[in-house]
Amino acid sequence: MLLIRCPYCGERPEVEFHCGGEAHIARPETPTETSDADWAGFLYYRTNPRGVHAERWVHNHGCGRWFNALRDTVSDRFVTTYEMGTPRPEAGSDVTRA
Amino acid sequence: MNQPFRLAAGGRVDRSRPLTVTFNGRKLSGYRGDTIASMLLASGSHLAGRSFKYHRPRGILSHGSDEPSALLSVDWRADRGPGYRDPNNRATVVEAREGLVAKTQNHWPSLETDVGAVNDLLSPIFVAGFYYKTFMWPRKFWDKVYEPVIRRAAGLGEAPEVPDSDRYANRHAHCDVLVVGAGPAGLSAALAASADGSKRVILADEGFELGGSLLNDATSTIEGKPAMAWVEETLAALDARENVVVLPRTTVFGYYNHNHVAMVERVADHRDAAPESLARERLWQVRAGEVILAAGSHERPLVFENNDRPGIMLADSVRAFINRYAVLPGKEIVVATSGASAYRAALDAKAAGMGVTLVDIRLEQDCGAELADARAAGITVKTGHTVIKSLGTKRVTGLVVAPLGNGGQIGDKTTLACDCVGMSGGWTPSVHLFSQSRGKLAFDAELDAFLPGQSAQAERSAGACHGVYDLAAVIADGAKAGGGSVTVEATPSYTGFQPVRVLPTDADPSRVKAFIDFQNDVTAKDIKLAVREGFQSIEHVKRYTTTGMATDQGKTSNMNALGLVAGTLGRELPAVGTTTFRPPYTPVTFGALVGPARDDLFDPVRKTAIDPWAEKNGAVFEPVGLWRRARYFPKDGEDMRAAVARETKAVRTSVGIFDASTLGKIEIVGPDAAEFMNRIYTNAWTKLKPGRCRYGLMLREDGFVYDDGVVARLAEDRFHVTTTTGGAPRVLAHMEDYLQTEWPDLDVFLTSITEQWAVIALQGPNARKLLEPFVTDVDFSDDVFPHMSVTSGFVCGVPCRLFRVSFTGEQGFEINVPADYAESVWKTLYEAGQKYDIVPYGTETMHVLRCEVGFIIVGQETDGTATPDDLGLSGLVSKVKPDFVGKRSLTRPDMVASGRKQLVGLLTKNSDEVLDEGAQIVDDPAQPIPMKMLGHVTSSYASSNCGRSIAMAMLADGRSRIGETVWVTTPQGFTEATISNAVFYDVKGETADA
Repeated sequence: MLLIRCPYCGERPEVEFHCGGEAHIARPETPTETSDADWAGFLYYRTNPRGVHAERWVHNHGCGRWFNALRDTVSDRFVTTYEMGTPRPEAGSDVTRA
Repeated sequence: MNQPFRLAAGGRVDRSRPLTVTFNGRKLSGYRGDTIASMLLASGSHLAGRSFKYHRPRGILSHGSDEPSALLSVDWRADRGPGYRDPNNRATVVEAREGLVAKTQNHWPSLETDVGAVNDLLSPIFVAGFYYKTFMWPRKFWDKVYEPVIRRAAGLGEAPEVPDSDRYANRHAHCDVLVVGAGPAGLSAALAASADGSKRVILADEGFELGGSLLNDATSTIEGKPAMAWVEETLAALDARENVVVLPRTTVFGYYNHNHVAMVERVADHRDAAPESLARERLWQVRAGEVILAAGSHERPLVFENNDRPGIMLADSVRAFINRYAVLPGKEIVVATSGASAYRAALDAKAAGMGVTLVDIRLEQDCGAELADARAAGITVKTGHTVIKSLGTKRVTGLVVAPLGNGGQIGDKTTLACDCVGMSGGWTPSVHLFSQSRGKLAFDAELDAFLPGQSAQAERSAGACHGVYDLAAVIADGAKAGGGSVTVEATPSYTGFQPVRVLPTDADPSRVKAFIDFQNDVTAKDIKLAVREGFQSIEHVKRYTTTGMATDQGKTSNMNALGLVAGTLGRELPAVGTTTFRPPYTPVTFGALVGPARDDLFDPVRKTAIDPWAEKNGAVFEPVGLWRRARYFPKDGEDMRAAVARETKAVRTSVGIFDASTLGKIEIVGPDAAEFMNRIYTNAWTKLKPGRCRYGLMLREDGFVYDDGVVARLAEDRFHVTTTTGGAPRVLAHMEDYLQTEWPDLDVFLTSITEQWAVIALQGPNARKLLEPFVTDVDFSDDVFPHMSVTSGFVCGVPCRLFRVSFTGEQGFEINVPADYAESVWKTLYEAGQKYDIVPYGTETMHVLRCEVGFIIVGQETDGTATPDDLGLSGLVSKVKPDFVGKRSLTRPDMVASGRKQLVGLLTKNSDEVLDEGAQIVDDPAQPIPMKMLGHVTSSYASSNCGRSIAMAMLADGRSRIGETVWVTTPQGFTEATISNAVFYDVKGETADA
């Protein structure tokens, strides 16, 4: 069982968490002015990468807070976790620790 | 005592504690410290079972958990009744205890005479891939012939016939260092790791005695003392350290991510007087800072014709039985080997009084010091010899051997009479756990073994599982893995072997059975056949032949199989690869994995505060989400239809009382509460006055209905939201998600209050008359407290949130009281309601009542693809609000296209006929199959208030087809129904619209 580092609680077993899909999918500011195609992109289209993937996670059996994580979809390794609202850490930066 | 093969002295058994076990109905005698295997050998017998496929007689191959052959059904507590037996216990690790009842497996009518042995004669048809080749055709034989016959014949032990009567415990632990295995490497590692007291160390070993290979070693010395003296000193030192936990009888069986390690501890099976409350086994889940693997190694059998005869065992196991258990495995032994370590077995057998001959495939000049030592002890050693075959049936009676010429030609054969064979084909490091940790294996050609290579986790290997075999080096390697350093003087071990895959023979290889995998009955010719048929990857060969796929995971067989595949293909061994090791290392009982989570604790039932009253009053319950809810309250033998008819009638004519406590309830509080509600729900909330309620509809971002429920505004900054029973947790999660991730600027708090408030619904024309006298501080007049309003006050002296709402169409109240008071308020109202002939009703009645007046249930009428308009609820969608969750999706082309399924009513031509929920709707039942299906029935009931059956359906373009006729599937065919509005009862009371 993986340990996942909640930015607020520290490392906890993965069963305390739930994944909420790809991160950094911004909800359009003015949906009514968004084209059908752009709205469909927001609703349904995801990158599904092989390798490092930015994801939303929630510590639902802990503090209940949402945060973001970089996870490698090949190795299942969590590269780092970071608070909601902060940008995706660049590869190799200080924050990208397991 | 019936132990003719027990030595008069020596061994590690406790002769002051004799015991007997039952083995196939007869008594075996032995001592504390024995296994069933050692007791069977002490009685003079090796016969311990029949093989999987050919039903060949099998004996005891090994002395440990890698045993493939001697599998027993063991009833651990026969004195306590049924439910304590489990199959496939390895006789070599079943710790003997007075009263155990063991039986051999896989034979009929008896172990001695097994008709299944005819398979051995039919073996030419049971070749590799037998199933794949045989069951292709004819098709009609699949379920009539093959399946029943194979089902009966397949499998080893018999599954238990009753539920397990034992208890199982579980435990989580953390440590800095987990040491797996308490042989010389593990003990040395634990000693080093715990030395400065700063680290918490757990030392776990599968055995009931600690010491690993040293338990079987009567001759080696460490620092001038017997090896077991070193073990005892080390254990005493570890025991004295507060930071060390030593766990015997504890198998580390799974190695998962981030050093999460699973172990099973056998707690009770070995205890004579175990209280019934004592758990049988305990599952440990350990999160370790570092793991030190000191799991030892497995000896390889030699592969020759009939190498599976009872009496033929691994050479080091011969040592174990003689030295540890003081049991001779026979009188006359031939030790056949391709390496040095078996010489120690030959010497120990000789010292114990057995007649010994050594057959070594290696040439004279390839042998080490062991050769001279054996000859000095008077043992005849035949070097450069191969084993052609064994003789005998239920016990080996001889070994046919022959010298090998320089060109590999077979010389003159000699038969060596014997009643026991000790064989050794070299050693395989136990890299199972390392491989489970996802570490990469590396092949070491000199050791002819896969060794731990690149680590994936914080783990180190030490000792034999690390490819280190010499005793002094093993102890040094362990200390190094434990973070220390130690040098000891120890007896040099006999190490080194010459890898052989199949012993050279002049017999036709297609006619002999030389076993590779003893448990799955896979022979060398099966593997060669698989290669001939084109299988080149070991992963494919494994699946085709099933080699290594038995419960022993090929501990003794994998390297022989790999080597044979590589040799047949003419490739280097690493090019063939190795198979994947998976948990569990050895079989684990389901009980240990399940632990306490069974029966009532498997899926705990949520009950409301009023549940005890419902149970006492004869409710029939149904599960709703995680809850148990009263479905109806039958009287005097009523069936559901009669009870529901009575209950629904009572609500419309007088008053009914209903436990609505399971409604999801969320309190939404804060300066931005109304704005948050505006964004989450389709409705507009800004103008809703405090004290008023509104039916709210919630969409997902894709525009489909997610949940619904009555929402009350308690104050400008406070809403009391209700959700569907099943939807409560996901609705709160949905709200939290948006609040935290999309609108963190909103100042709002969300709190689940489902458990805090119990809800008693009073519904019917007499509801107000019944309730009013019990409520203080509330004005019930329609002006002040109209339909769809909320107020606070006291009911029966208990603080309450009182809602005037209706899910039935009748005048109704939902009384929210703190859960602890709910039962007493319910009882008071129920008593007082007797003068109105009050009726308690359940969920089935509630469903009928709401359907009569056309209220949907999200999750029943909707399936995640219904829009508000599909349900006829467009009026609840604000046209004014610029945005809310799901709004944009409602104008996507497919959401407004024609042909969408819409909510309608269905009235059967025969008014008594109740349609099946889920039944499909078609226009023309005579059309060819596949028919065009237009929709399906979502709700369907017999309604006594309507005097007929009623149904709701989702039907393509349904609202424009009202009055038309459609056909609905029934178990018998089709029935005719007329499309109607989805409202069936003429409401005289109150509607939910407000």
